[in-house]
Amino acid sequence: MKKTKKIAALGLAVLMGAMTVLTGCSGNESEKDGTLHLTFYYPVNVGGDAAKLIESACEEFNAENPDIVVEPVYTGNYDDTVTKIQTAIQGGTPPDVFVSLATQRFTMASTGMAMPLDDLIAADEEGEEYIADFLPGFMEDSYVDGKIYSIPFQRSTEIMYYNKDKFVEAGLDPEDPPETWDELVEYAKKLTTDDCYGVGIALNSGSAQWTFTAYSLQNSTDGKMLMSEDGKEVFFDTPENVEALQFWLDLQNKHKVMAEGIVQWTDLPTQFLAGEVAMIYHTTGNMANINSNATFEYGTCFLPGNKQMAAPTGGGNFYISSGISEERVQAAWKFIKFMTETERAAQWSLDTGYVATRQSCFETDLIKNYYEEVPQAKVAYEQISVAKPELTTYNAAEIWRVLNDNIQSAVVGDATAKEALKNAQKEAEEILADYQ
Amino acid sequence: MHAKKTKSILITLMSIVIALVMLAPLVWLVGTAFTEPSFNMSFIPKTKFTLENIKYVWNAIPFGQYYINTLILVIVTFSVQFITSTMAAYALAILDFKGKTVIFAIIFMQIIIPNDVLITPNFMTLSELGLTNTKIGIMLPFYGSALAIFLLRQHFKSVPKALAEAAKLDGATTWQTIWRVYMPTAKPAYLSFAVISVSYHWNNYLWPLIVTNSPANRTLTVGLAIFAKSKEANMQWANVCAATFIIILPLLIAFFILQRQFMESFVGAGIKE
Amino acid sequence: MKKTKLMGSKKEAIQGWLLIAPALVFMITFTVFPVFRSIYLSLTKYQLGMAAPEFIGLDNYIKLFSSDLFWKIMGNTIFFALITVVPSMAAGLGLALLVNRKGKHIGFIRTAYFYPVVMPMIAIASVWMFIYMAKNGLFDQLLVSFGFEPMNVLSNKKTVLPAMAVMYVWKEAGYMMIFFLSGIQGISGEVFEAAKIDGATGWQTFKKITMPLLAPTFLFVTTVALTNSFKLVDHVVIMTEGAPNNASTLLLYYIYQQGFTNFNYGMSSALTVLMLGILLIVALPRFISEDKKIHYN
Repeated sequence: MKKTKKIAALGLAVLMGAMTVLTGCSGNESEKDGTLHLTFYYPVNVGGDAAKLIESACEEFNAENPDIVVEPVYTGNYDDTVTKIQTAIQGGTPPDVFVSLATQRFTMASTGMAMPLDDLIAADEEGEEYIADFLPGFMEDSYVDGKIYSIPFQRSTEIMYYNKDKFVEAGLDPEDPPETWDELVEYAKKLTTDDCYGVGIALNSGSAQWTFTAYSLQNSTDGKMLMSEDGKEVFFDTPENVEALQFWLDLQNKHKVMAEGIVQWTDLPTQFLAGEVAMIYHTTGNMANINSNATFEYGTCFLPGNKQMAAPTGGGNFYISSGISEERVQAAWKFIKFMTETERAAQWSLDTGYVATRQSCFETDLIKNYYEEVPQAKVAYEQISVAKPELTTYNAAEIWRVLNDNIQSAVVGDATAKEALKNAQKEAEEILADYQ
Repeated sequence: MHAKKTKSILITLMSIVIALVMLAPLVWLVGTAFTEPSFNMSFIPKTKFTLENIKYVWNAIPFGQYYINTLILVIVTFSVQFITSTMAAYALAILDFKGKTVIFAIIFMQIIIPNDVLITPNFMTLSELGLTNTKIGIMLPFYGSALAIFLLRQHFKSVPKALAEAAKLDGATTWQTIWRVYMPTAKPAYLSFAVISVSYHWNNYLWPLIVTNSPANRTLTVGLAIFAKSKEANMQWANVCAATFIIILPLLIAFFILQRQFMESFVGAGIKE
Repeated sequence: MKKTKLMGSKKEAIQGWLLIAPALVFMITFTVFPVFRSIYLSLTKYQLGMAAPEFIGLDNYIKLFSSDLFWKIMGNTIFFALITVVPSMAAGLGLALLVNRKGKHIGFIRTAYFYPVVMPMIAIASVWMFIYMAKNGLFDQLLVSFGFEPMNVLSNKKTVLPAMAVMYVWKEAGYMMIFFLSGIQGISGEVFEAAKIDGATGWQTFKKITMPLLAPTFLFVTTVALTNSFKLVDHVVIMTEGAPNNASTLLLYYIYQQGFTNFNYGMSSALTVLMLGILLIVALPRFISEDKKIHYN
């Protein structure tokens, strides 16, 4: 009988052994060779080989800084990345530095996941100059309660892509795209044929709220957007916003110039390239894709305005996790500055279609030549002057979901524009009640 | 007789037609994975044959790493289950002691409640143990398998007591008795469970998604999902089909070779589940 | 109840518990404990940024029961269970009858029916997502080539769950088939012979003999199919993320979303407890019958 005990003990020992071995070999790399290992989480939302570019930039950084090893970890699209960062922090293994949506900053600050960067900037000789060089339109959504929590990195804005060939066919001037909502309807009507819609907007979760930011801004006269600047209040159900949503519904149901129901963000460029839709609202991040795959002449332009011209900015910023050692913070800061160097930021913009984040980028030959070659890309830069941050609040992920779900409910006909936004307002207020 | 023959031919024809319908998505998947992408999908590819899609995804996604991770998961999970379940099944089938009812209650609990629904509390436990983003973290909840214990126990029970007694008289220890007498008779049960366990863990998604943060620990399914969901790629389908093809290939090959074993395993495990 | 022999020696008890310990430790840690933990956390407010849970009684449940979204999701979950379980069982039974024969090609046919079972749902969903893609997708292209309008099924609240169900039935029918097949083959051949001699037609035999004798299989397959339909949500993650307007959000996906997107552990736990309740109800008949078996043999 004693044998059995031994066997049981042996069994347990084997288990424990298996556990330790596996834990050991799968845990985070520790600093065996005296170098500092930083984990860097990043999303890739655009096509092309953005992940490869980030990896090679990290390699370059590691070569330049032999005492630091940055380990880039690709964490999926933005939504997945937001989830993964939070899960990692909850799980007690936060990345040292990460790229996440700019809209996550309130959540990052309020939960203590990311640290304010003001001290780092103040301690850095070139700090002030560095921050001042970023485009104000992007820098605007780095602040929480007056403190800087993030540094702009892969930033985009939404522009309109249009098919010039279709414009010609419809008897429209291809150099004179629509500038107002009224013109948009007028043009779209002319462009709509049996197998081609005039205009396309993606209304799936995670996309609708972005374009809706634009419409809300375009229809606003009092400067009120979808949310307050401190991220604690939303204004979904204002008459202006109801009007904006109604305009979308009209495009689908009344004018019949936009596909009914919900078109996916990912499908829209394909439909545009296939000639199934003549004008689309999409990110500048898709520039590279459209530029290399279009079999027709295409143009880009500002989003048509209504009471004013406006567009949303979006995309990801660099954050540093709070609670990591001073040494790591310094290394992370160094890494962020490296990744956002003028030349590198310019090259990154060329390779991906993201808008270069710094004013000095636009002085470089790289960008100047690029704009000469692909004049369509310049629209994005010019539009930044009228762009505002997209919907950003505390608990941003949940608030996004609320707005998206309710927009969809109006689109699929479950609610009127007014009901939908009233409901969104109510649900959002419940979620934000904790922060008042 | 004539009518009967016609009927039999009709049945055969019908079963073949249905088989073709069932196979259609696979055929389309393979066709799309190996041809150039086009805007409009068609069942029979109209574009040229190419290996580019496979090459592209193989280079874009660290599939090699994901394969290794998945293999480690599948093998280690099964090995541990093998040991823990054999021991537990022996105790429950052969030994007589107080408290078995409690153990059975726990076993039933696990059979009724799939691990899939306990993701929230189990993730919290894992964070407290500091095991998130580890392979062990993905496997841990599956180390005690009620299904395996159940399957093995039934086989062990059918072993005549006399055989075990004889072994004992020969001076065999308990462990030796298990090894020599009980395990060989339960071979079909082990095989069944191996098939179930391997295909479950090869295919599992939600739990590994939650637990893993980095490519070092990602499984094939998580890697595929990340790829399939990347937002702004053009005409992704050829590449996603290629990626899917890469991850399903081994299991499908195993299945096509061992199809009888697979089906029997699923029945056996299911019935006792 | 058969009287078990007197309790074994103390040594045997120690041996037994030691042998069972490793498996038990894991089962308790990852099945028993989390159940109780969910029950406890469901009574607390515990979300992002909170260091510890805060007891709030039944508030989470009250919030859920008064939320339209919750009832919509419950409705979706039950609707999806219905439109997957019934057709996949019917298809499974049909396929079982088709392949319950001998012949050269039967092996091939069974393989063709069964192979989707061994494919990961995540792979199937990734592929079917493109089949269902708007306009350019295979399904819409087929519709167009037959002269219909494209449907964009995944974006329509009325068609999204049925479209997923078609995929699901395609995947699960083979699984159901093998249970019915083994059920049918378990019925003694003499019964069928007798029926034949009595001049029963195929349909009569099926209705009067096969169906009643398959009753236990039916009961069993129903519980398996129901449990599966509740626990598998990979396709929602890949194909729709619950869109449009939560028309395809299922309970487990909502648990995942509350727990791992919103990090509202309290709410996620309350949903988990409700899920456990549903699973318990589904398993109850089986639990009782199995319980008897254990004690009697």
